[in-house]
Amino acid sequence: MTLASMARKYEPRKAPAARVATSAMIASLAAEGYETVAAPFGHALVEAAKKDARIVGLSADLSKYTDLHVFANAMPDRFYQMGMAEQLLMSAASGLAREGFIPVATTYAVFAARRAYDFIAMAIAEENLPVKIVCALPGLTTGYGPSHQATEDLAIFRGLPNMVIIDPCDADDVAGMVPEMLRHEGPVYARLLRGKVPTVLTRHKPDYRFRLGKAQMIREGRDALVISSGIMTMRALDAAEMLAADQVDVGVLHVPTIKPLDVQTIVTEARRNGRLVVTAENHTVNGGLGEAVARELMLAGAATRFRMIGLPDEFLEAGALPTLHEMYGLTAARVAERIKGWL
Amino acid sequence: MNASPRPSVLANMSLELRAWNIRRKALLMGEVQGQGYVGQALGVADVLATAWFHAMDYRAEDPEWEGRDRFYLSIGHYAIALYAALMEAGILPEDELETYGMDDSRMPMSGMASYTPGMEITGGSLGHGLGIAVGAALGLKRKGNPAFVYNLMSDGELGEGSTWEAVMSANQWQLDNLICIVDFNNQQADGPSREMLARGPEAPKWAAFGWHAQEVDGNDLAALVAAFDTARALTDPKPRVIICNTRMCKGVDFLEAREITHFVRVEPDEWAKALAKLDEGKPQ
Repeated sequence: MTLASMARKYEPRKAPAARVATSAMIASLAAEGYETVAAPFGHALVEAAKKDARIVGLSADLSKYTDLHVFANAMPDRFYQMGMAEQLLMSAASGLAREGFIPVATTYAVFAARRAYDFIAMAIAEENLPVKIVCALPGLTTGYGPSHQATEDLAIFRGLPNMVIIDPCDADDVAGMVPEMLRHEGPVYARLLRGKVPTVLTRHKPDYRFRLGKAQMIREGRDALVISSGIMTMRALDAAEMLAADQVDVGVLHVPTIKPLDVQTIVTEARRNGRLVVTAENHTVNGGLGEAVARELMLAGAATRFRMIGLPDEFLEAGALPTLHEMYGLTAARVAERIKGWL
Repeated sequence: MNASPRPSVLANMSLELRAWNIRRKALLMGEVQGQGYVGQALGVADVLATAWFHAMDYRAEDPEWEGRDRFYLSIGHYAIALYAALMEAGILPEDELETYGMDDSRMPMSGMASYTPGMEITGGSLGHGLGIAVGAALGLKRKGNPAFVYNLMSDGELGEGSTWEAVMSANQWQLDNLICIVDFNNQQADGPSREMLARGPEAPKWAAFGWHAQEVDGNDLAALVAAFDTARALTDPKPRVIICNTRMCKGVDFLEAREITHFVRVEPDEWAKALAKLDEGKPQ
């Protein structure tokens, strides 16, 4: 008996006319028209570690895929290869933190959020230990399918007391968040962009600098305000440029710290001149930035016209990442199209 | 890693009497709540007496002294037993005994690091202690601190996959400053551990994972002392495990004889009887 949810696997397929490869996990995120920086996380961590002997790095067989190999190569005696054991990774990081160190533990977002959650919750967050959990492949940034697509990581960690959550947009954010997350005294979950990471924010706003807990206006706009985090800020900025050509004026408020949320800035900007408010996140629409913003706007009585862009409440398909971004509405063109439709 | 005898304040008291005191305090706490994991506490009292009054180095007046041996209670529900040991060691005041499990007590039913002096980790979600101990042992080595990390876990925790991740890691890093103590009372929530995932053989399993493994009668103080001494004195760069076969409710015969369960039911009128029974066996 074939389950209805499995029936499609018996439908034969033909090779497409144009070949599009499934994006490998080591691939960098495509961002046309932007300069890139190689491994900004690894290099920023090495710089921070030079100044603070308490910083140590750990990975669960994914240092090369989280840019932690840069740190491991620069400071081999401060790197712990914990093997393919994520529960141990988090527990051992907890033990090192108890002994006065600042452990930076890396893996993929799915493995931290799903597999190691109890260990993050009880061995790290419950005691507010300064473990920094930095995870590659956030949201939909791989075509490997649900096993590697962390589409609900923000929802999971938002429910965890003490946990600070960062969703960086670009190389500047990634490099900028490193010293700030290390300075923070409690646990941090940071989504990671790795490999060749585009530089986006300073091109749109030259004096931009990541500040933990702060939302920042990157672009002003009268007709609509996009409140976004992570790579969706990049998409929103590109969409705003497209819409400007159509005389639609879109502002972008970048919210790289998901928790604690910069409620004051979000509410103030959402209230300004009654413009359409749209949240945009590389995450399921359940329990992420969109719902967090919706709550604050509702509590403040600031919700006027409100819409959400995010991933659907589904296990996503496998395939080439650009195809998937198009399919699920994460491209700049799709974002622009939807905003225009809502105005 | 101080092998010298315990400080003078603790001298002149036999381990037998320490273990008896731990049992008695645990029963008194159980009586306060009318319930508790007294079966486990009575069973593990000899192990705790050996750890706290023979093997470990610590300063009662400074529970976070950097040179202390770390004691991790992975099994949060054994807190009643560790509270008794911590009182006996002078780390917790005995006059708080009657607050056990009460609102605003420093001694909640399940052990938590933020509540209790001497409680190093928050246990309770099982299979956590050994992995945390691996990290602490790595951290102590990084600091050049010669202290040991002791992790007390239960036979039930042998079923958690995370335990075996930590077992492999301790071997990988050759953590000779890590001593794991397994309280094997063969009793889990739903029945005997040997009928769950601890079919065994246990000591050979740990040895095959690269550990120095000993299996002893966990209610035989002389055997425990010898095992702890061996574990501490070993020069092999291996993590050490002592599997302690213990008997639930040890020291109170009518509870020992009762059909053994994870959560021993003690009727309201039985606490005094249990204390009287324990008192009959008070060591000289």
